[in-house]
Amino acid sequence: MAELKHKEDRRPGPPPVLAPGHTFGSVTSKISSLVLTDPYDWRWAIGMGIGSSLLLLFAVAVVQLLLRGIGIWGVNVPVMWGLAIINFVWWIGIGHAGTLISAILLLLKQEWRTSINRFAEAMTLFAVACAGVFPLLHMGRPWKFYWLLPYPNTMALLPQWRSPLVWDVFAVSTYASVSVMFWYVGLIPDLATLRDRAISRPAQLIYGSLALGWRGSARHWARYKSAYMLLAALATPLVVSVHTVVSFDFAASVIPGWHTTIFPPYFVAGAIFSGFAMVVTLCVPLRAAYGLHDFITDRHLDNMAKILLVTGSIVGYGYAMEFFIAWYSANPYEGFLFLEARPFGWYANAYRTMIFCNVLIPQLFWFPACRRNVMLLWICSLIVNVGMWLERYVIVITSTSQDFLPSSWAMYYPTFWDWATFLGTIGLFLFLMFLFIRFLPVIAIAEMRELVHETDHHAARERGLPAGEPHGEAR
Amino acid sequence: MKPSRDDHETPPTLPEPTRAARAASTPEFAAARQWRSLSELADDGSFLEEVSQAVSGVRGAIHGLDDASRRKFMTVMGASFALAGVAGCSVQPAELIIPYVEQPEDIVPGKAMFFATAAVVGGDGVGLLVESHMGRPTKIEGNPTHPASLGATDALAQAEMLTLYDPDRSQIVIHEGRADTWERFLAFAVDLRARKLANKGKGFRILTQTVTSPALADQLNRLLETMPEAKWHSYEPVTRDAARRGAELAFGEPLEPVPHFDKADVVVSLDADFLSWGPGRIHHARAFADRRSPDVESAAETTMNRLYVIEPTPTITGAMADHRLPLAARDVSQAARALAKALEVEGATDADANRLAGHEAWFSTLAADLKAHRGKSLVIVGEGQPAEVHALAHAINAALGNIGETITLAPPIAAGPTDQLGSLVELARDIEAGEVDALLVLGANPVYDSPVDLNLAEALNRERMTLVHLGLYDDETAALANWHVPEAHFLEAWGDVRAFDGTVAIQQPLIAPLYDGRTAGEIVATLLGQVGLPSREIVREYWSGRLPAETFEKTWNQALRDGVIPDPAADEAAPKSFGEPKLDQVTWSDAPAEELEIVFRPDPTLWDGRYANNGWLQELPKTITTLTWGNAALVSPALAARLGLKNDQVIELSYRDAVVEAPVWITPGQAENSVTVHLGHGRTRAGRVGDGVGFNAYALRRSDAPWFDDGLTVSPTNGRVRLAVTQHHHDMAERALVRSGTLEQYRETPDFAQEEERSPHYNMSLHPDPPVPQSEDYAWGMAIDLNRCIGCNACTIACQAENNIPVVGKDEVLNSREMHWIRVDRYYEGGDQANPGTVFQPVPCMHCEKAPCELVCPVEATLHSDEGLNEMIYNRCVGTRYCGNNCPYKVRRFNWLPYTSDTPPSLKPLNNPDVTVRSRGVMEKCTYCVQRINEARIEAKMAGRKVGGDEVVTACQGVCPTRAIVFGNLLDPESAVSKARQSPRHYALLASLGTRPRTTYMARLNNPNPDAPPAEASAENTVEPRHG
Repeated sequence: MAELKHKEDRRPGPPPVLAPGHTFGSVTSKISSLVLTDPYDWRWAIGMGIGSSLLLLFAVAVVQLLLRGIGIWGVNVPVMWGLAIINFVWWIGIGHAGTLISAILLLLKQEWRTSINRFAEAMTLFAVACAGVFPLLHMGRPWKFYWLLPYPNTMALLPQWRSPLVWDVFAVSTYASVSVMFWYVGLIPDLATLRDRAISRPAQLIYGSLALGWRGSARHWARYKSAYMLLAALATPLVVSVHTVVSFDFAASVIPGWHTTIFPPYFVAGAIFSGFAMVVTLCVPLRAAYGLHDFITDRHLDNMAKILLVTGSIVGYGYAMEFFIAWYSANPYEGFLFLEARPFGWYANAYRTMIFCNVLIPQLFWFPACRRNVMLLWICSLIVNVGMWLERYVIVITSTSQDFLPSSWAMYYPTFWDWATFLGTIGLFLFLMFLFIRFLPVIAIAEMRELVHETDHHAARERGLPAGEPHGEAR
Repeated sequence: MKPSRDDHETPPTLPEPTRAARAASTPEFAAARQWRSLSELADDGSFLEEVSQAVSGVRGAIHGLDDASRRKFMTVMGASFALAGVAGCSVQPAELIIPYVEQPEDIVPGKAMFFATAAVVGGDGVGLLVESHMGRPTKIEGNPTHPASLGATDALAQAEMLTLYDPDRSQIVIHEGRADTWERFLAFAVDLRARKLANKGKGFRILTQTVTSPALADQLNRLLETMPEAKWHSYEPVTRDAARRGAELAFGEPLEPVPHFDKADVVVSLDADFLSWGPGRIHHARAFADRRSPDVESAAETTMNRLYVIEPTPTITGAMADHRLPLAARDVSQAARALAKALEVEGATDADANRLAGHEAWFSTLAADLKAHRGKSLVIVGEGQPAEVHALAHAINAALGNIGETITLAPPIAAGPTDQLGSLVELARDIEAGEVDALLVLGANPVYDSPVDLNLAEALNRERMTLVHLGLYDDETAALANWHVPEAHFLEAWGDVRAFDGTVAIQQPLIAPLYDGRTAGEIVATLLGQVGLPSREIVREYWSGRLPAETFEKTWNQALRDGVIPDPAADEAAPKSFGEPKLDQVTWSDAPAEELEIVFRPDPTLWDGRYANNGWLQELPKTITTLTWGNAALVSPALAARLGLKNDQVIELSYRDAVVEAPVWITPGQAENSVTVHLGHGRTRAGRVGDGVGFNAYALRRSDAPWFDDGLTVSPTNGRVRLAVTQHHHDMAERALVRSGTLEQYRETPDFAQEEERSPHYNMSLHPDPPVPQSEDYAWGMAIDLNRCIGCNACTIACQAENNIPVVGKDEVLNSREMHWIRVDRYYEGGDQANPGTVFQPVPCMHCEKAPCELVCPVEATLHSDEGLNEMIYNRCVGTRYCGNNCPYKVRRFNWLPYTSDTPPSLKPLNNPDVTVRSRGVMEKCTYCVQRINEARIEAKMAGRKVGGDEVVTACQGVCPTRAIVFGNLLDPESAVSKARQSPRHYALLASLGTRPRTTYMARLNNPNPDAPPAEASAENTVEPRHG
């Protein structure tokens, strides 16, 4: 520890997780003012406009789909799953960062998570909502979706438990409900704060009823804390399990490129990778627009860049391992796919772009200067989002388009309606996100107050007992 | 307009009084429709009398029913009875439904009945058994007792079922562009007869397609007797003129060569696609395949025939060849001459050595092989080659002692002119000369399919003449006709037809004419004075005159039942000896070859264009190119490289003064300088399905060069037409999918195809055996012999007909969404683009014992039966398509859009009532024809026995001309499929995946000549013969 201290003396330390000089009051008023008192913002209107326009496109695309059938998409016989499943996996992956931040980092007492966890959780929720529509819409007869659920029926049939799609139903619905609970429980003290600070009667009523009678008593806080920790513990395995199960959709099949044991860890790492990329994508403009530099500091961005570097490298390892196994197993079908079709075949461009986006770009974050360059970080996060979408594209499309019998090989071309549905869910996401920014606190007020307290407290302790600092450099 | 005496002498036939009765009892109906009858128009007073007679006749048949209030009802009912009794078919009155008072004994709801009849393509009859459910035909099967069928059919015959119900068929008589009636047409015909009898038929011409119907031929000949100056022309775009003319050159008589592949050890095909083209092709395919079936018992003693094919464009026959040589069509005659010279045929002349440069070794080996098989070899020439080559082939066959052994000669089965093209040219000239004032076209469509230099459409338009057209469709010719009469489809009409060997089959209707169609016989009968004589009477009358009277009824009924009628004239058609062929009349023109040649071929699925409105055939992949919905100019890879052509690129084909734009399809195995175009596309009045699909190659075809000619120029354009092919990748990517070897290899290592199976890891699995209980009685399985499969695609259509598989259209095929449950994969072997080996592999559902599709379905919509069927429950399917993704064989088909919901009403009766019609959003696939299994099971249960090992015949199996597919019970060691599985050639597709497929394959064998020079011998030539 002394050595660490020594190092810190020689070079500037990492930026703090909360800008100095904040009090309970300043934190509360700054964050709640975004919702309660700030005037109408044209930038918000533009964002909301884009989101809701795309949402309308989504509505049109869905009505078309339900009226005419799945054939309006580009899916065909070797490639029976197309953009819908790619988008599903992509959105679900994005959601993972939120859960990771709120649950695992909470349990690991990573305080820097506090200022980003609220909107990361919201992002999770909205991403899961976007993800959830795809498996439903991509069914041939979506009105029969409930046949995938185990419910008592006159057919005396349960779902087919061996099918990964049934596991998916459970994994995703569990994930969605735990995420909602976690988010909502975390919101309760803040809703009470908004209730108390709201001026208009309707706002008081709405926030009041959502706050469920929170009075901030010590007993409330005690119950709240234990409930929150329990939910975090519940959510923790989900970070790993959901994307593991999603990867089973592919890994449990026989198709070369899908039938791979590395998929579960590789998918989870990819999910966290893409999720953090999305958090960066969202928080950089949010911070700039609402002047939240004090709460979302460069420290946060730096940490997230490091996570991108780690998870990106795990994903890169996954790619390398697929290559190696394809060669080492001497399986002719896998060999063809990984050594010929993907790097040099019909979809070589998608594959090479994917490698560039997911493996090469994160390597920039070895350099602290890159991690702290906000603009560069933001652009890289966008690139990673694209790269991770392409990863799913490469997995879903290249594997099925050239599987076992060359006679059946065919390419897949997404149609207008494929893209419209995808853009539509981006619209849904933006729409929900902008509603959230306008009506709920984007940063957890209560937790920030706690952070203010702890910072001051520890600052005081540090002065007296420098060697007693329990958290080391991570602070 | 007085009808002739004959009219009065002919008693009114029953449909006449029926109409009279109907009209008399519904005056408002009659008034509205102007009461049309021949007699009324003739207006001689006899009409009303006839009506009242008819009505009282009907009434008299129903005694004691004078009650006026019941009269109308009973009259109509009487009419129905009368109809039911006579033809068993007519349009029922629309307003009344009269239930059975007494149920007919034979008609059991849900129980199919089969009736024998015969299909005819280009005059070539194929005996059929047609499945009928409650009076509507649904499926065509081959007739085992008919020699041209032997129980099998081909894709064209299968698809006739769709043509029958085609809503675009011509439905009404058209006179000068307006709807009219049959009765008024009859009046016209009676008048025509009167006029033509008066001038002995001067200016009267009849144009038919190839007529092999003895009854119709007899009628036409009788007509020509009464009108000696009238003329009968017959024209078939895919004509056999050259074969007949070749025999005439060699023997002095127009004869039809009939090959006997069962006796031939060495077969040489000079541009002859005998497996898909020409009379008796189903029979020949069977005989050919039988000689390629290696003996399962002892591989060492296995023998096979050997096939050499010289052809300009790849065909399924070429794909079966042991040695194939792509050669321009113009050089095939040189090949024949070289062969004749090498075999020292008397009168043979030297071939132009330059034209065959590089192939000398090929020909000398071939000649040596032929010499070694005297009397057991066969040289067969294609219809597309000129008569001289046919004549020379006769000489070669004679020199080899094959005539009378492997090839016999018989008088043509077709009546009418033997030089059809000449006959059409004559007709066209006469029309231009104004010598024709009435032309009766029976079934043909010359405006579309005649050679372009005859300008027939223009001449018919210009000349003042009466054009009468009888046709299934209101087609290009009907558009110019003064009278158009809808033709009855053969499934709704009486008739008779000869097969390639002279066997006659009676065609009997399966259903009343859907659109009041008429037969050629009925029109000719009218011209003979037998007004309104129904087609049944025409056929019966003819045969009652030819068969012994005392046993006629018995013979006739027997013939209807069996589908074959004993023909006392068969002796005439029996093979005879016609002396030695002479070559003194054969002359060769040795014009130097120009750059490119154009080759015309009938379309493998649309034939000459007559099936253009048949969606099944439009969507059936043409085996070699896998092209659907359109045709293309087939160019060789070398030519494409030279001219910089790409697939789908539009090129301009200029030939003489005609220019046609066509998309390119680069076809490996095409002769380098030949461009092949398929006839039958580019129709303008085919119907909603066929209009405007592809380009019309007839626009380039000329009467002096109907099959190929030099002088083609190709100019690339920037246009592009997306060609809907079903297979985009053509080599096996080094995977052992179609396993093949040579006969020698097989003799040494019979199980050469089972290398994968011998691996120590084969069939090892971590998965337990299927958890479902296994039946102790049945385990269904299928084995497909790739050595017998000729890639004719008949199985695909048969399956489509049996299983109510929808047609999806070009856009959907372009996106790989065709719905066929069984497809024929075609792979190229060997690296030689100019002449690759071509192999076929029919792929239905494998019914894997450990099916990857089953465990991924979230709702248990696809399950395993205890008898080993991989079953699909459409009602349960929610359409996640995971099963389709996880199927290694990609045999699952998905209803992406509501393909069946907009089926026109007239196509609904076509559906097989035993098979569910699938809705949007559900998966479907081959079921092993589970409905047939269940039917057999019910039969067996009622008889208190087990289903026999070979009792169930799937649709694909039943149709297969070569019997490449066997299906049955694997638990019965005596079943054909169990025996096939014992073959050393037996293997499973993608066996290493551990799916344990129930559909398995038997490896293909080739029988290359061991003395053949290795491929390097002609390495300097880009076009190499294929060895092995």
